[in-house]
Amino acid sequence: MTTTTPIGAPAPTGEPPLAASPGRRTGRRGPGPLFVLPFAVPFVLFLVWPVLQGIWMSFTDSSLALRDTSFVGLDNYAEAFGDPDVWSSLGNTVFFTAASSVPLVLIALAMALLVHSGLAGQWAWRLSFFVPYLLPVTVVTLIWTWLYQPDVGLGNELLGALGLEPVGWLSDESVAMWSVAALTVWWTVGFNFLLYLAALQSLPTVFDEAAALDGAGAWRRMWSVTLPQLRRTTVLVAMLQILASLKVFDQIYILTKGGPNGSTRPILEYVYDVGFTGYRLGYASAVSYVFFAIVILVSLAQLRLFRQED
Amino acid sequence: MSTTASPVRARRLPPRERAGSPMLLGHGRLPRVLAGTALVVLAGVWLLPLVWAVATSLQSEQDVAEPGLSPFKGAFTLDAYQQILERGNVTVWAANSFLVAGLVTLITVAISTLAAYGFSRGAFRGRRVLLTVTVAAVMVPPQLLVVPLFEQMLMFNLVDTYAAVILPQVVAPMMVFILKRFFDSVPRELEDAARLDGASELRVFLSVVLPLSRPIVAAVSIFVFIGAWNNFMWPFIVTNDPGLMTLPVGLATVKDAFGIQYAQAMASALLAALPLVVVFLLFQRRIVSSVATTGLGGA
Repeated sequence: MTTTTPIGAPAPTGEPPLAASPGRRTGRRGPGPLFVLPFAVPFVLFLVWPVLQGIWMSFTDSSLALRDTSFVGLDNYAEAFGDPDVWSSLGNTVFFTAASSVPLVLIALAMALLVHSGLAGQWAWRLSFFVPYLLPVTVVTLIWTWLYQPDVGLGNELLGALGLEPVGWLSDESVAMWSVAALTVWWTVGFNFLLYLAALQSLPTVFDEAAALDGAGAWRRMWSVTLPQLRRTTVLVAMLQILASLKVFDQIYILTKGGPNGSTRPILEYVYDVGFTGYRLGYASAVSYVFFAIVILVSLAQLRLFRQED
Repeated sequence: MSTTASPVRARRLPPRERAGSPMLLGHGRLPRVLAGTALVVLAGVWLLPLVWAVATSLQSEQDVAEPGLSPFKGAFTLDAYQQILERGNVTVWAANSFLVAGLVTLITVAISTLAAYGFSRGAFRGRRVLLTVTVAAVMVPPQLLVVPLFEQMLMFNLVDTYAAVILPQVVAPMMVFILKRFFDSVPRELEDAARLDGASELRVFLSVVLPLSRPIVAAVSIFVFIGAWNNFMWPFIVTNDPGLMTLPVGLATVKDAFGIQYAQAMASALLAALPLVVVFLLFQRRIVSSVATTGLGGA
């Protein structure tokens, strides 16, 4: 590293380094391996080992019920590819990812643009949009279970007030996943909103001002100046969001347990069901590694697209 | 809302303070009214579920079950809160959540800052390899680890212990990575000065580097705490004893047991959310700016 000038600090840089400071060996300075050890031990124990252990388990018939396990080679993987439940839960996961990611990007962008427009009350808007993100998943699902309640829940009360038929928010197979997506958008949009807001606040204003001088109106400047400048942020937000949505489990498990009739069960809940209700840990590992492979493929594809954008 | 932009007004409300770009809306009246209306509607939609939950928690179960669009159908009462607190479980779970989230935060921040400093400044064998593995580990979804970690906990005989809930959560490669990046940007001259004065490496770290890093360490602490407080899947899988459950897990197990007692359900939900809302109000600026600059948050 080249020498940098410390700002606002007495600069001892001019002094030549002392050849032998008392009581110190020469040659080795800086923190040693002992600094990394307290992290490295749990890291290897609770992350590296489980990752390797999981790969090993996926080649065995390991089970919660039986202590004897034997090596079964690629049987679990072969079974996973032929398992209709794997395909249907993967389909549900993809559907949820699409249904949640699009509004999670667009609404976040709209919120950030509106808040950034300079209207009074920044603090209150930020709080309203971000506070749901702070709530534990169980709290969010408790509140929405109540809103989706068929008889006196807010959802059906509102529909009733508009003269519409009540909806089986969590009991109708064709509606349930949309209900989960709506909850998720409400819960997590605040994070994307903040990423967009930060991006907007760091944009240079010169282009905007130049366009205004050239006579561009507010809409015109938004479409031709502001939005194009947000392109990188949009790619980043969309990438993070797709990866997060693919990993959905918690809210669905608590809200619907995957029902009605498996219509909201995501792949990670299938892993949980197979492993902890069906006791088949080996098969559950194989399914989760198939899923991990998909996540990695999606990440790589996104990185490629991102590079092309640049 | 005023639409003029006279110099006097501009001086009274400098752009910094508005933290926005007045350019975005131009000077017309209509865009401002439209944008303001859209903001109010959006914020209303986002606050409605919370307002509804609060109103529900402050009524009797009978009043809550009355149909009608009014959020407040009956008399104000704290019965739901009283019943929740008397039942006792919620207070035990809250205590567990504080214990677990507090210890996870303490341990994670301690070992992550040390390691990040070691990675940033150290020169020892294996540093590069371990650093590469740590950065790669950021990619691993925690859900992937659940099955083998559970098997491991069975092996160590730790299922249904605080240790099983806490220990796997202290490994946070992302935080190490963020801290290392920060330490990389701290000039080394101050440390060298302390070393010349004969300070030990730990001393240099604790009294020179750490005080300089207070903002980033605070941000990391807040996010680790929120993540641990809200963590559901792992504590849910590794605890069966209701006396060991954290709030999110405990509430999930009794969700169905509430039946139609929505006042109590909402009261316990709001009690569980309260500590985080307090944390947010206390550290709002820091949370907002660190989400924005590091993109970190949500474990």
